[in-house]
Amino acid sequence: MHELGVTFHIMDHLERVAEENQAVKICKVTLELGEVSTVIESYLQNCWKWAAAKRPLFEEAELVVETLPAITFCEECDQTYATVEHGKICPYCGSGSTYLLQGNEFNIKEIEVE
Amino acid sequence: MGNVRILEIKESVYADNDRQADQLRAELKEQKVFLLNLMSSPGSGKTTTLLRTIEALKDEFAIGVMEADIDSAVDAETISQTGVKSIQLHTGGMCHLDAGMTRQGIAGLDTSNVDLAILENVGNLVCPAEFDTGASKNAMILSVPEGHDKPLKYPLMFQISDVVLINKIDVLPYFDFNLELAKQYIHQRNPKAQVFPICAKTGEGIDAWVAWLREQIRDWRG
Repeated sequence: MHELGVTFHIMDHLERVAEENQAVKICKVTLELGEVSTVIESYLQNCWKWAAAKRPLFEEAELVVETLPAITFCEECDQTYATVEHGKICPYCGSGSTYLLQGNEFNIKEIEVE
Repeated sequence: MGNVRILEIKESVYADNDRQADQLRAELKEQKVFLLNLMSSPGSGKTTTLLRTIEALKDEFAIGVMEADIDSAVDAETISQTGVKSIQLHTGGMCHLDAGMTRQGIAGLDTSNVDLAILENVGNLVCPAEFDTGASKNAMILSVPEGHDKPLKYPLMFQISDVVLINKIDVLPYFDFNLELAKQYIHQRNPKAQVFPICAKTGEGIDAWVAWLREQIRDWRG
């Protein structure tokens, strides 16, 4: 939904990290993206290409996105299940008292610099 | 390949913005400026609600308004007719405001003589919820024609809002909008959310919302 905005955020942040670590070039950026975060990977890749071409530090930076599966926990029957497949209602007992254990993450994991 | 190094970052993309927001919030607290972040879908009545709110509070507090939009200055012009200080922020295509842009807006507004600063965020129920602006309180408007199931569809927006105004209650008879169900869905997402049904056009319910806001501003300013 806001891939370009978050791309700018990531790049602004990493430019500061690069400066603090006296890096002259960023070769690779690895992100962790939850399945049910509000960010779509293909859009993110396109925004990244567009923005990277305008920032010398990122010209050759490869973007790697690792997907984290979304898992929901049911408070009623203590089971976990795949969120994307079943949504908010527990497939085992039909309860709606569930919450997301993981899957809405959007993290910068690491970067490779020179 | 020269000296390739791996730098571990291991933090949320939003963490950097969260730090900037906390910093801005602390500075505003110090300066006794209450910042209200107002969010909603396009067309839910943000500007009309603001006009009512300004009318009710402008004799008690010095008010400044920041209107965020992708383009145009129509909202800032409407607000400036009330006599309060207002500026238009163009987000340059961005779908939300972040803490950095809010800081620039605060500087542009010049809050040295402002008690209540209001940020009218970009009309959108998704992106503004992800980015903490540094506001003292988050308010959102859900209007009747949008439907009572919005809290289920946009959970994060309702989770982060301290107060939800259900606007356009004058048209309730014409829509399949269940007010009690809407409140129930909001409280499922956020048990602490205050909910005020209002009609910005007629002024119905505005008193209760303004009383809540007045209390928050006084608490904040000490």
